[in-house]
Amino acid sequence: MSMNEFKPKIVAFCCNWCSYAGADLAGTNRLNYPADVKIIRVPCSCRVNPMFILRAFQRGADGVILCGCHPGDCHYTTGNYYARRRMTMLFSMLDYLGIEKERTRVEWVSAAEGAKFAAVMNDFVKTVTELGENKRLEDLRCKK
Amino acid sequence: MQEVMKKRAKELLASGEVTRVIGWKKNEFDYDITPAVFETAEAIDRDFVYDDFCGPNLSKFTFQHQKNDTKTLVFLKPCDTYSMTQMVTEHRVNRDALYIIGIPCFGKIDIEKIKADGMTGILSVTSEGADVKVHTLYGDKTYVKIDVMAERCLACKSKYHTIYDELIGEEGEVMETDRFDQVKELEAMTPDQRFEFWRGELSRCIRCNACRNACPACTCESCVFDNPESGIAQKAAADSFEENMFHIIRAFHVAGRCTDCGECSRVCPQHIPLHLLNRKFISDINGYYGEYQAGEEVGQRAPLVNFTKEDVEPDVVAKGGK
Ligand code: SF4
Ligand code: SF4
Ligand code: FES
Repeated sequence: MSMNEFKPKIVAFCCNWCSYAGADLAGTNRLNYPADVKIIRVPCSCRVNPMFILRAFQRGADGVILCGCHPGDCHYTTGNYYARRRMTMLFSMLDYLGIEKERTRVEWVSAAEGAKFAAVMNDFVKTVTELGENKRLEDLRCKK
Repeated sequence: MQEVMKKRAKELLASGEVTRVIGWKKNEFDYDITPAVFETAEAIDRDFVYDDFCGPNLSKFTFQHQKNDTKTLVFLKPCDTYSMTQMVTEHRVNRDALYIIGIPCFGKIDIEKIKADGMTGILSVTSEGADVKVHTLYGDKTYVKIDVMAERCLACKSKYHTIYDELIGEEGEVMETDRFDQVKELEAMTPDQRFEFWRGELSRCIRCNACRNACPACTCESCVFDNPESGIAQKAAADSFEENMFHIIRAFHVAGRCTDCGECSRVCPQHIPLHLLNRKFISDINGYYGEYQAGEEVGQRAPLVNFTKEDVEPDVVAKGGK
């Protein structure tokens, strides 16, 4: 597979109340973002624990992004504040283990930000495409 | 010290204040120390020891005795009291079921360092003050204690006891340490170098789970690593991914609660420097959310179950960290 054909697989965890609705809005507005972004809907950004992120990489993701309501706007009031600390710690640990820090990201996307959702995904896919395949957190048994 | 402790333990048993004592006893070799439960004065006279090999942190051993209706006496070194305080904070152990005696610690000896120096056929090791005398089948040798001290004791963070009912010996102080130096060295490497370094370390893991079992912060009755649905229970890692995952998750689950007692690294049969993972989290927490020492006092709120509205965004990592 040559570099310019490489299409990264992206897993996007989106909270039900803001970012998932933002993705919906991007869809109804016919804004384009790559089809390789697989959205997993979660009740709140803080539903995502570090194991989710690692599992996504194990099952073949090249990049994982977590989207939630803007700080202060979480449907459960404070969920995303906890998620923010948790992800900061996890990303820092991944970097410490030598895993590319560009493969993980957190973005706050509201239900009204369809355009932001599409822009974020396009940008993230671009970044991960430049990085290439996930090799450092891959599980060979899961490769097809 | 040992004799004072024995005397106190026997007094407390005799008065009925406690019905069992958690301490240490010797196995076949002087340096082969194991935690033990004593229920009689005879057992204490025969087996109880406290010396420079009593590294095991006894706080976790109180866990299985907290539901008894009578009290248990436990001896805790300064660093062990941090673990105990953390367990009490998390309501993992019933404080009222325990009688805690704080004891001093002047650093423990790492027998592996003596063995690494080529000593074989070790018959006995005695430690007095700054001298460590090793008596072997092939002759004797004396070491300066600091040269054979455990790594974690060289970076000791405190001689102060954070929880106790009574103290034997004098109270010590919180100390300055250089325990984050190695973390900083790793942070200064390139990602490729770090990746190589950790592959070299983590690929040796045999998933014996000793690090988890010894850890006083790991007190969940059912652990994610025992969940048959997880695909990673009760087996050696099948793949580099599983090695990484085990170590990231193990360290993450104690992040903000790890007191840096050093038990995990001590018990690892593969000598994997688990403390470098824990200390990374500790130093990140200190840097991002303010200085925090787990187990300092009862009732603290752990940083990962806390937040402020002004916390840094996770992209701080991609931007190069603190
Ligand atoms: S992770 Fe290691 S250093 Fe931290 S509390 Fe557990 S055993 Fe002690
Ligand atoms: S004690 Fe060492 S070998 Fe055993 S599971 Fe922990 S890191 Fe792996
Ligand atoms: S509901 Fe959206 S982040 Fe909590």
